[in-house]
Amino acid sequence: MRRTIVHSVGDSAFNVLIGGEAGQGLVTVGQLLAKSLVRSGFAVVVTQGYQSRIRGGHNSFSIRFGGGALAAPQEAVNLLVALDQETVRIHGGDIRQDGLVLLGEGLDPGGLASLKVPLRELAEERFSNVVALGAAASLLGLDEEVVVKAMSRTFGGRKAGVAEGNRNALGKAYQWAAAFDLPVESPPAPPLVPLRLMMNGNEAIALGALSAGVRFCAFYPMTPSTTIPLALAGWAGEAGLVVEQAEDEISAVNMAIGASFAGAPSLVATSGGGFALMTEGVSLAGMTETPLVIVIAQRPGPATGLPTRTEQGDLEFVLHAGHGEFPRAILSPGSVEECFQLTRRAFALAEKSQGPVFVLTDQFLADSYRDVKPFDIRSLEPVTAGSPVAGVKVPYERYADAADGVSPRLLPGLTEHLVVADSDEHTRDGHLTEDLDVRRQMVEKRLRKQEILLGEVVPPSLEGAGNPGILLVSWGSVKGAAEEAVSTLRAAGRSAAAMHFSQVWPLAPGQFLEIMRSAERVICVEGNATGQMARLIRRETGFEVREKILRYDGLPITPEYILREIQGGG
Amino acid sequence: MPDVEDYGSFETAWCPGCGNFPLLKAVKEGLAAAGLEPCRVLFVSGIGQAAKAPHYLRANLFNGLHGRALPVATGAKLANPGLTVIAESGDGCMYGEGGNHFLAALRRNIDLTVLVHNNQVYGLTKGQASPTSGAGFVTKAQPAGVWSEPFNPVATAVSLRAGFVARGFSGWGDHLADLIRQAIEHRGISLVDILQPCVSFNKVNTFAWYRERVYDLPGEYDPRDWEKAMKISMEWGERIPLGVVYRGERRAFDDAFTTLSEGPLAGRNTDRDLLERIMDRYA
Repeated sequence: MRRTIVHSVGDSAFNVLIGGEAGQGLVTVGQLLAKSLVRSGFAVVVTQGYQSRIRGGHNSFSIRFGGGALAAPQEAVNLLVALDQETVRIHGGDIRQDGLVLLGEGLDPGGLASLKVPLRELAEERFSNVVALGAAASLLGLDEEVVVKAMSRTFGGRKAGVAEGNRNALGKAYQWAAAFDLPVESPPAPPLVPLRLMMNGNEAIALGALSAGVRFCAFYPMTPSTTIPLALAGWAGEAGLVVEQAEDEISAVNMAIGASFAGAPSLVATSGGGFALMTEGVSLAGMTETPLVIVIAQRPGPATGLPTRTEQGDLEFVLHAGHGEFPRAILSPGSVEECFQLTRRAFALAEKSQGPVFVLTDQFLADSYRDVKPFDIRSLEPVTAGSPVAGVKVPYERYADAADGVSPRLLPGLTEHLVVADSDEHTRDGHLTEDLDVRRQMVEKRLRKQEILLGEVVPPSLEGAGNPGILLVSWGSVKGAAEEAVSTLRAAGRSAAAMHFSQVWPLAPGQFLEIMRSAERVICVEGNATGQMARLIRRETGFEVREKILRYDGLPITPEYILREIQGGG
Repeated sequence: MPDVEDYGSFETAWCPGCGNFPLLKAVKEGLAAAGLEPCRVLFVSGIGQAAKAPHYLRANLFNGLHGRALPVATGAKLANPGLTVIAESGDGCMYGEGGNHFLAALRRNIDLTVLVHNNQVYGLTKGQASPTSGAGFVTKAQPAGVWSEPFNPVATAVSLRAGFVARGFSGWGDHLADLIRQAIEHRGISLVDILQPCVSFNKVNTFAWYRERVYDLPGEYDPRDWEKAMKISMEWGERIPLGVVYRGERRAFDDAFTTLSEGPLAGRNTDRDLLERIMDRYA
């Protein structure tokens, strides 16, 4: 069925969707095409949809690209590259009227405007995906040499015959496709732009952690978080990191706490179900006042849910995870750049407040490749674990009283002082106690650290002016979609603004409440079924967000989705 | 050289006559015999009466959660390979709640010393069955007697070819202190399962019960013979062997991380050229 397609600023962008079975190499084709686009100067936003299986099923890799900045995915497809019949069936309805299906000669385009590639004529079957890549890249007007270079980096290490076969298949596809044009032109290559990187959210988190001085990572594999520890493991030898696959998430979080206690800035990464196992450890980090960065890449729950899809259903879970009361901060990056920057910030906050700090992302952002301006990575400071030994009071007490609640943190074995930490309520020197006056003092000391976190809250961003007719409120990966929807509304003459929370805890109402009150309509846009952020705002401020645009079918929120909901709801 | 006094003396929360008292003394003696200064030692414990033991001596300590001593100890050891890390807790903590971690630590053969106070009962929660309680052991929670087969930590460790596997008895103080010294000096994981009578909640496995059964492995016993060690590890009941049951030759897990030969992970400089090179791979 053809969906109502709402054209947005995306009209200046172009969306290529590659679909096929797992095992057909479509992710490789997608990555190469995206890389070639970035190297040609385009902005890209990649959305990956895959199933929880190794072979078969239906997977998609969509690349939205354009000459200007892009930050959101797009539903409407300009060019559909179908590696199997299922792709036409599932995505045929998303093709624009001026769109095209590119497919193999054995497949049926179902009445859509199409171009059939003589796959068998052009190359052996095992190079079919490269033929598809070449045909698509040629139609998009990409320089063949750019694609060849991207390919040689990916396939460079393979056997000579394979690299050569790929190269020949690409050349044949380019020759063949030269005779054809797209029904409408794809965006022209922008003038020379400075070098951009291509990176997804998880890679940016790993790189952010590395630049922040991470030295230890323990994990238990769980989609969609696993590529974070895998990136760190890939750098472990050259960068001097310890990365260990633990026996379970309980072990992973406790290992990270042990490593952090001993002086290694530490990270764990998981998703909802794995995080459920870690919650006792979160409480342990709070009680022992051990810095810890916890990355949670959300996927739809409850339980195993949809393991490879996206959702923002764990905000309340992460906010409340861990028994007892202790300070925490939750960062919620809205872009790949923010994944890098906020992971760095998480390490700094964890060390400063001596406790757990969360980076809350989701499958969409984790797997979404974007063009990224290179970070000024040289000038960024890493964290230093622990406090200087000079000036500590003797005998040293790990939990010495402090006005801001932060006691000097010496590292065990690196000085002559003894460091004693305890998960029981403890005295200033770290030994377990049931003295109830000490208990009260220690609770207050720990909670004073919330002020430190409150003093460093990332203010919500605002796109558009105050007193808007419509204020879209979003958090985490929805940022780009909400901002693009707002600019489309404004282009149509409507008064609209977008407020985005890149940190969802603690909240500092002084940063946003007046703007919310000044709007005629406030609409929370969230990837969950109940409006968790709206509820949190009401709890903290008393302000009731009356309208919500929610999505919980496992797919990312798009500008079109938001605009449809706004139009549908008046 | 440090001596036993350097490890201090503290008031405890244990019952009079508890098997933990001679055990604590043997731990201090073992540490002193190994020549370790308190500030070079990190104890990691879980929860239970046994897990309180490291509070009663002078050393670095992380007293964590029930069952989780080994993961914390593993993380700390990997962050600072120069520390002597000793995980100390009871049978419920190490073999029950932390069972998966126990298996994983043995398989890794990381350079940790694992001291398990094994009294075959839960003391702190007042007398329920533990993973090592004998079949038929009657408690308020198991009024018809324990159904499950008791967990055999020594046989499990030998079967996984853990580096150093021993059994001690808190009634044999000097013998135990020497096992603890050897365990600390062994590079790789070393398990000392310590029979430690609970005078309040285990009226079956008492000091007298153990004294009638335990014997020292003879001088000619070769702990490097894995098949013999497997056989000895299964001996329990009428006679219970004490001493070093198995010594393996596996490499310590710590060696898998070349960066650890450069010392602790704390305080290292970030190589900014390398950061830039890694980032450039995304260009």
